[in-house]
Amino acid sequence: MTSMTAPKAAAPTEEQVTPGRPRSVLARRLIPYGYLSPTVLLIAVLMVVPIIMVISYSFRDNVIVQENSVFAGFANYTKVLSDPDFLAALKNTAIFISVSAVAHLVLGLAFALMLNTQLLSGVTKAIFRIVYILPWLFTIAVIAVIWRLLLDPSGVVNYVLHTLGLIEESVNWLGDPGKALWAVTFVNVWSGYPFFMISLLAALQGIPNDLYEAAAVDGTNWFQRFLHVTLPQLRPVIISMAVLDLIWTSQQFALIWMTTGGGPLNTTEMLSTYTYKQAFSEYEFATASAAAVIVLLLTMVLAFFYVRQQRER
Amino acid sequence: MAVRATRLKRVIGAVTAAAMVAFVAACGSGDAVDTASDGSVTLEFAQWWGAELPAGEFDKIINDFTAQNPNIKIKLLSAPYASTKQQLITGAASKTLPDVVGLDGAWVNDFAKQGAIADLSTLMADANFDASQLASQVQVKGKTYMIPVVNFVYPLFVNKDLLTKAGVAEVPTTRTQFLDAAKKISATGGDAKGWALPLDTAVPNGVQNDVMSWLWASGGSMLADGKPNLTSAQVKSTVEYVKSLNDAGVIAPGSLTMKEQDKVEKFTNGQVGMMIDSLAHINLIKKNKPDLKFEVAALPAEDGYTGKRGIPYASWGIGVSNSTKHKAEAFKFVSYLLGQETNAKLSTIANGFPGNKNAQPDFSNSDPLFKTAFDIYQQGYPANEFVGLPKSEDLMRSFDEQLQLVLTGKTSVDEALAKSQESWSSVIE
Repeated sequence: MTSMTAPKAAAPTEEQVTPGRPRSVLARRLIPYGYLSPTVLLIAVLMVVPIIMVISYSFRDNVIVQENSVFAGFANYTKVLSDPDFLAALKNTAIFISVSAVAHLVLGLAFALMLNTQLLSGVTKAIFRIVYILPWLFTIAVIAVIWRLLLDPSGVVNYVLHTLGLIEESVNWLGDPGKALWAVTFVNVWSGYPFFMISLLAALQGIPNDLYEAAAVDGTNWFQRFLHVTLPQLRPVIISMAVLDLIWTSQQFALIWMTTGGGPLNTTEMLSTYTYKQAFSEYEFATASAAAVIVLLLTMVLAFFYVRQQRER
Repeated sequence: MAVRATRLKRVIGAVTAAAMVAFVAACGSGDAVDTASDGSVTLEFAQWWGAELPAGEFDKIINDFTAQNPNIKIKLLSAPYASTKQQLITGAASKTLPDVVGLDGAWVNDFAKQGAIADLSTLMADANFDASQLASQVQVKGKTYMIPVVNFVYPLFVNKDLLTKAGVAEVPTTRTQFLDAAKKISATGGDAKGWALPLDTAVPNGVQNDVMSWLWASGGSMLADGKPNLTSAQVKSTVEYVKSLNDAGVIAPGSLTMKEQDKVEKFTNGQVGMMIDSLAHINLIKKNKPDLKFEVAALPAEDGYTGKRGIPYASWGIGVSNSTKHKAEAFKFVSYLLGQETNAKLSTIANGFPGNKNAQPDFSNSDPLFKTAFDIYQQGYPANEFVGLPKSEDLMRSFDEQLQLVLTGKTSVDEALAKSQESWSSVIE
């Protein structure tokens, strides 16, 4: 048996580099940074600088609307954290995001399971898929307008409930301090579940059928297969989606602003609307910045869990 | 080697170019060249007016100006009202305000304090402009910062069909008559209620247009010597009256989160018999419900009041950026818009009332309701005490929140007014 060996190629020297490569070591080292520099510059200008400016504003007083700002230390933070409106907004936001995330998950999973079932025909599933995804196709402004009309005291929702005999008098869904938070949470759930549904459906379709067959051989019923096969397989997606949803929902502004404006009586005030009012109504950009930094820190806690979960995957 | 060097140069060149583009984009165009080589000047004019006028009408007025002043070009920056406000706030903060700006009286104090808008008193003097022809000026500490170009009043709108159905022969002129009419309309059954009160806190101008208007209609004031005077008998009487309307169940439900557009929609659909609203909505209502029979009237006053009635108004105001290099040219444009002929033309197409008191709007092609409203306006006086106050939207919001507590029975009128007084006093120094 004979073998042919190729002549050993000489290692390129500084003078004998591969065509197309610069000869200088320094230049070669700089090239990756050169490619990266536009992105780095954009991130710096569009993200790092504004964040640093906001943090800087939060430690000063009379910012933006006054020519000479002064250093105020933690005074803005103290002011914000001792403001009952901020604490109410914090509580409302916690309720709003946690209920929304749980409902998004439950509804999204339920509809995803329905669309993944073998019991329905392809055409039926396609129709359901279109219907279920509809809320996600509307912009938030349209959603706010539609639901303001539907939830009006003389709107369709009250009409239907009254016709069915479920209510005696019209309910003031968005204008009643006791109901407004739940009404906007419901609207947010309605508008957000399709994203969960689509993501979970994709994850469901990626679960190997072998696992279900093996479980069936072991004599498990549908619920046991769901509990011991489906859920563990979906777990990484569920955790990622839930954490992302908590972050996104905590920043929901347009829906609240366009439906209740934070009212009535601050019962739907969120951290986002509180910050906006501080800045653009009271022109207190320093306290608005402090509130924004607090929101940033809270969100970073969630982001930390998200990144850790992604690393584990 | 030459190829390698060329490629390296290209990479570095591309990176540098991208970095420069990003840097320039990030820095904005605040120092953009606005004087052409032929010496002509381009002025940026940010406003929300163009979007509210019939298509092309505002452009004609601008074109007339540029035809008369070939060395000045006008670049219109048109956006909706809310966007204009936010853009101006951020522009004022970054010292990049357009040369000429459309202003609402509620913003003026804050912009003036910030040094973002120019003192027009000086510009008027420099240009030998006759200020006596102006219907009004918005001042801060004795200096004019905004001139109202067109005014829009807020009279009482009455659904004649609902009034007739309720058995009310005359449009109410006093508070007692209004309450009585509202009760009768609410008693007609169905969804109809006597009055709509928008108290949404996102845009709390319902406090100005729908609540304080009752005070001004009876010659009252929420200020005394420029300071808050919310615990006065007149303000208390106003809030108690609004509460009495609420207690009588004549206010359309959902008022705590109702917006101005909801109010107009409910009136248009015949769900409320009466509302206080801008004249600017007459055409909208006629377009959406051509068969709706309604008329406009002066706001009801306290029983026995015989003095002149204040009528709330909103303005398309105008100001000049303090950072513009072309203040003289900017004021030339301002004085053109306020000139007798142009101002009459502009107020006619806007269906508003002129900022130049010598200008006569032409109502010959307008709905007769505009003429009626003009007569009401001339019999009374324009009243809007929020104009020129600092943080006026915030003042409205804090009052709004206290009023909501009153209407939901969570606090008394006295306590709400005392808290509002305290809150306002911390803002109005």
